[in-house]
Amino acid sequence: MIEHLPVLQIIVPMIAAPLCVLLRRRLLVLGFAILACWITFGLSVALLDQVLTNGVVRYEMGGWAAPWGIEYRVDLLSAFVLLLVSGIGAIVLTFAPRSLSDEVPVSRHYLFCSVYLLCLTGLLGIAITGDLFNVFVFLEISALSSYALIAMGGRRQALPAAFQYLVMGTIGATFILIGIGLMYMMTGTLNMEDMATRLAAVDGVRTGLVAFGFFTVGVALKMALFPLHVWLPNAYTYAPSVVTAFLAATATKVSVYILLRFVFGVFGVEFAFERLGLTTILLPLSLAGIVVASTVAIYQRNIKRMLAYSSVAQIGYMVLGISFATATGLTAGIVHLFNHALIKGGLFMAMGCVMLRLKSVDIDDMAGIGRKMPFTMAAWAVGGLGLIGVPVTAGFISKWYLIRGALELNWWPVAVLVLLSSLLALVYVWRVIETAFFKEPSERAQTATEAPLSMLIPTWVLIGASIFFGLMTSRSAGIAQQAAEALLRGSP
Amino acid sequence: MDTVIGLYNYWVVIFLMMTGFYIVISRENLIKTVIGLNIFQTSVFLLYITMGKVRGGTAPIMADGFDVYTNPLPSVLILTAIVVGVATTSVALALVVRIREAYETIEEDEIRAQDRA
Repeated sequence: MIEHLPVLQIIVPMIAAPLCVLLRRRLLVLGFAILACWITFGLSVALLDQVLTNGVVRYEMGGWAAPWGIEYRVDLLSAFVLLLVSGIGAIVLTFAPRSLSDEVPVSRHYLFCSVYLLCLTGLLGIAITGDLFNVFVFLEISALSSYALIAMGGRRQALPAAFQYLVMGTIGATFILIGIGLMYMMTGTLNMEDMATRLAAVDGVRTGLVAFGFFTVGVALKMALFPLHVWLPNAYTYAPSVVTAFLAATATKVSVYILLRFVFGVFGVEFAFERLGLTTILLPLSLAGIVVASTVAIYQRNIKRMLAYSSVAQIGYMVLGISFATATGLTAGIVHLFNHALIKGGLFMAMGCVMLRLKSVDIDDMAGIGRKMPFTMAAWAVGGLGLIGVPVTAGFISKWYLIRGALELNWWPVAVLVLLSSLLALVYVWRVIETAFFKEPSERAQTATEAPLSMLIPTWVLIGASIFFGLMTSRSAGIAQQAAEALLRGSP
Repeated sequence: MDTVIGLYNYWVVIFLMMTGFYIVISRENLIKTVIGLNIFQTSVFLLYITMGKVRGGTAPIMADGFDVYTNPLPSVLILTAIVVGVATTSVALALVVRIREAYETIEEDEIRAQDRA
């Protein structure tokens, strides 16, 4: 049993997905899917524990030895991302039933659960596999199911949003496929670890550069790195609240993981940063993304859209940390990947509560809602403080590492920009807090009541976790630091 | 001369790739966008198949008289990628059908105009 942990991690949600379609009965399916998600989460906890005690866990699919067979390879970074994705997946689905019955026709709930589990399978698969082509397959599993999930949104704008995401996502995935093909052409292997050792032999071949370019642009599209983020705001705005919370907290984070794995694991720091100068591309793009997206967020009236733009900015922080290519910078990137997932997941779940009671997420309708739904909006406020990076919240830890990383390199203008951009976050977060708590209730807010406990508790679990990891940094930042050091040592 | 004729397949790949990509970014009609996406993906299939081909090689089945084999792995990978491509197309077409039901049009500019109104 214990030696099959890595494969169970994928198989449990994968088998549960078609079973949902067979079960059909709404309550039965929801209960079953939630159970499957929590089992998956339990498996990832066990896996992380195993990695922490024994080091890297390997699993040869079907007994075929790597590099010929497909290998699942779980190191600290993989286990960390697996834990994050399966944890968010379980909490968000627990939150889902009430919100779903409001936003998605009841007759489609069993299909929703099935597609949700498939999406979870894809995201987990990307994080666990050691085979580059497998990454592409899982990427498409998660992407195709997320298009379907977004299209379930109640308003008709969800459909063009999903279509736009599909077009951009497919272009991104095809770019990644081209990159993988060219890499295979040069090295004759698809196993990432094997590829890393063989790349040294074909050093300096132009095909490698082209592969690197295609792969990086494809991944940047997938993770919505500015200016390739245009699909994200509409997709997050019009998707059902549950889907937005899940995708915002996991999908882009897993893409950041692919970038890390590929740049550091396969190509290595020396090639990517010293010879190619990846910093000169990633640094300006991420800074521009942070400033532009935060500024755009200030002017949004739809709060889900505002949070979506804030997500684009936060991706900027993660990539900024990665672009430093130092232990502290990488730690900042990885720890922010984790912290932001908790914060944004919590915020979007709070927006789900607002949507349930107000049938709107417009800032005008949210006036005075803090008095009617104090617990929901308190959660929102705590999450918002995390976005700004106020001490005691998890967001502070990420920014602290980021600024320390910038100062280590003597890049003080970068550090100043990070601080200034936090002020932009302060503006857009405060705008909502002020409207919600200090304005007279709007017409819709008059009749609003507090969200049901089945939604409040999961929301507070995530928001609480963001405070917990703001105080107890040894778990999140400690693991991130170990993972960052392993990446810099070049082990794939 | 060798770069033109010797790399014949790769020129086709690049031509198809750019054609598909151009259709995706330039067309407003959603069906045409899907077609462009298909051409774009197909070019990559061809890229994979081409790189696995060994001149004079046969299918990798052990038999007397044959000792040059084509690499089967890229073809196998592309079988998977074709399945992914079919799935993508079907999801895209399903979305187009629903967009048509909701907006009565599949022209992107008209959809945008309706959303703005």
